[in-house]
Amino acid sequence: MNILELQNLKKYFATQKAVDDISFDIQQGSIFGLLGPNGAGKTTLLRMITGIFYPDEGNITFNGKKFDPINDVVHIGYMPEERGLYKKMKIGEQALYLAQLKGLGKAEAMQKIKEWFVKFEMQTWWNKKVEDLSKGMSQKLQFVTTVLHEPKLIILDEPFSGLDPVNANLIKDEIFNLAKKGSTIIFSTHRMEQVEEICDHIVLVNKGHKILDGTVKDIKNQFKENMYEVGVATRPEDLATYIFEVVHHGPENLRIKLLHDSTPNDVLKYFINKDKAIHSFNEVLPSLNDIFIKLVEGTPEARQFEPVQ
Amino acid sequence: MNKILLIIKREYITRVRNKTFLLSTFLLPLVMILFIFGSVFFAMSSKDSKKKIAVINDPGLFEANLKSDSTKLNFIFTGGGDSTNLLTQGYGAVLALKNDSAAHRFVFHSKKQLGIETKSKIEDRLNRAFEETLLQQKGIRKEILDSITKTSANAYRIDNRVFSDKGKSEEVNAAVNYGVGFGSGILIYITMFIFGAMVMRGVMEEKTNRIAEVMVSSVKPFQLMLGKILGIAAVGLTQLLLWVVLIAVLSTAASALLSGQMLQQVQEANNTMPGAGGSAASAIKFMEFQKTMGSVNWPLIIGCFAFYFLGGYLFYASLFAAIGSVINEDPQEAQSLMLPITMPIIFGFIILSSNLNTPDSPVMVWASYIPFTSPIVMMGRIPSGVPVIQLIISMLLLVGGFIFTTWLAGKIYRTGILMYGKKASWKEMFKWAFRKA
Repeated sequence: MNILELQNLKKYFATQKAVDDISFDIQQGSIFGLLGPNGAGKTTLLRMITGIFYPDEGNITFNGKKFDPINDVVHIGYMPEERGLYKKMKIGEQALYLAQLKGLGKAEAMQKIKEWFVKFEMQTWWNKKVEDLSKGMSQKLQFVTTVLHEPKLIILDEPFSGLDPVNANLIKDEIFNLAKKGSTIIFSTHRMEQVEEICDHIVLVNKGHKILDGTVKDIKNQFKENMYEVGVATRPEDLATYIFEVVHHGPENLRIKLLHDSTPNDVLKYFINKDKAIHSFNEVLPSLNDIFIKLVEGTPEARQFEPVQ
Repeated sequence: MNKILLIIKREYITRVRNKTFLLSTFLLPLVMILFIFGSVFFAMSSKDSKKKIAVINDPGLFEANLKSDSTKLNFIFTGGGDSTNLLTQGYGAVLALKNDSAAHRFVFHSKKQLGIETKSKIEDRLNRAFEETLLQQKGIRKEILDSITKTSANAYRIDNRVFSDKGKSEEVNAAVNYGVGFGSGILIYITMFIFGAMVMRGVMEEKTNRIAEVMVSSVKPFQLMLGKILGIAAVGLTQLLLWVVLIAVLSTAASALLSGQMLQQVQEANNTMPGAGGSAASAIKFMEFQKTMGSVNWPLIIGCFAFYFLGGYLFYASLFAAIGSVINEDPQEAQSLMLPITMPIIFGFIILSSNLNTPDSPVMVWASYIPFTSPIVMMGRIPSGVPVIQLIISMLLLVGGFIFTTWLAGKIYRTGILMYGKKASWKEMFKWAFRKA
């Protein structure tokens, strides 16, 4: 079942088509990656999904019904990239306030805050002020306040920025936990290695358009270049063949690209016939990073302003 | 609705708990009371500033009748002498009649500039002495003159009564009305700035702390803005209420303390020579002041004050919030953007202070209708009486005005609060305000 369906969303600003006809679906319980270079329209898209902006055109279906921002926001937890907390407020009170604004009752909110504080070892922070916290600590608090009300849809924009590896792992584990419990997570970032590790499904947007949509595995297969890594010790002069070309020649291994219609088996046969010992044989799939760079290459670093007709 | 209440509660509690709030709430009335009663007290008890004034070149017109004052002025006739010499001989000042008698002028040599009050006092004394000398030259004896002055001094006063529409005649005191009107006008002016700026700073804080976007993902921007404005309004009302209570309590206590002392002084003054007790006169004035303060229609003034304070605050607070929402961290930007909003407030104050003597003049009436200036100007007019219909028109326009500004500001705020990086121009803000949803 799809928790969220976007159909032909458009949002034009005075100087830019921030989001220009984007559609995709997000399955319940999945971890979804929304990728794109700076200024691609990710934040605008997320703001429409969280009800902060109204789309100019198109439909958003949330949980099977037309998205109704006023009532549905309690089912959404949004941690924006531009995030912050009230600096002068005590941490416990701050968490309680934000939880109550999401519609939780006081007692219920207190109980949940305490659970989370225990989980993240934050019990002693209750009466501290936010301004006393380090960046990483306030990041943890921000995460807690985002997911406290057990939203069906959790939207995290660059959730790991400013976190050390230990705390980043802590949050990553919680993201997996929440997904296991049935929450859907939209994860927006530029950090491709994290996307590969965490996300089931990704969408890549650029210049307000969707340019890629699929599971991580499918996309990698779609962009594979028939590259293989062969663990075999050879000399370059031994390798005159039309089956493959050598991309990189190491002492113990080779990176090759298949030519014409050859198959991996042809490569294996070739080496076996030559009586070379093959230690390993792996397909090399492009990293998301490579795909990302390849797709958005040629896009100027800063998105140019363009007139809107 | 529930969310707005939560926001109001937070805005209220974080501010009321703040140390600055507690300090300003309790210190301001204390300082005010100390200042007022302190100056009365010092005026009554100051005896040390006696001036020794040498009078020279008197052609015999003043010596007999120029009276020294027991507290301030002490005229000594030295007959002759040089003014610079006399000043070095311990005299505070030298009064010398110019030889040209037709000009009727004295020259006053002193080390410091003469105050206006002292100057008119000395002139008064000289003229009275001159008058008495002339009368004596016409054959009126000194004893008769003295007894006349004694009985006639301050014998009659004016009580101004005004016929109201209902045919009732009421005692009025223009000075008190002026004072109360001006005071409440100033208070509205100041509080509008204080609490308006508080709203603006609150919005800027939300924006620079980057919590705005977190907040608007749970509440609508308009709710966030309204909650803040209403929360701070509650803070303002709390502070005003505490001030009224504190000032009432403190001034009752202080005047109880003072009036005992004054009664004593009045009695003393009656026993001694008339005109000798400057302090007794100020004591009498003070007691009269207390009486006339009681004649002011306080319930009406306090009621209207609460209304105009709230109305004026709501009218401007949303505009301040809109300004706060388009600023990025730089206080310099705030200055230039605030100018168009602070101008009408200052303008209202200027109208009030320059026209308060004629509270029914067309400028005042119009300024008390227009919501930009009405809170300040109308409060200045109310103590001297305003027709009910004018009051109703002014109030309705103010209510309409703040609904309009809040609506307008809400639209600017909604966009501005999420904009980072560049300052919005007036043109852009205008566009945000008037574009459709």
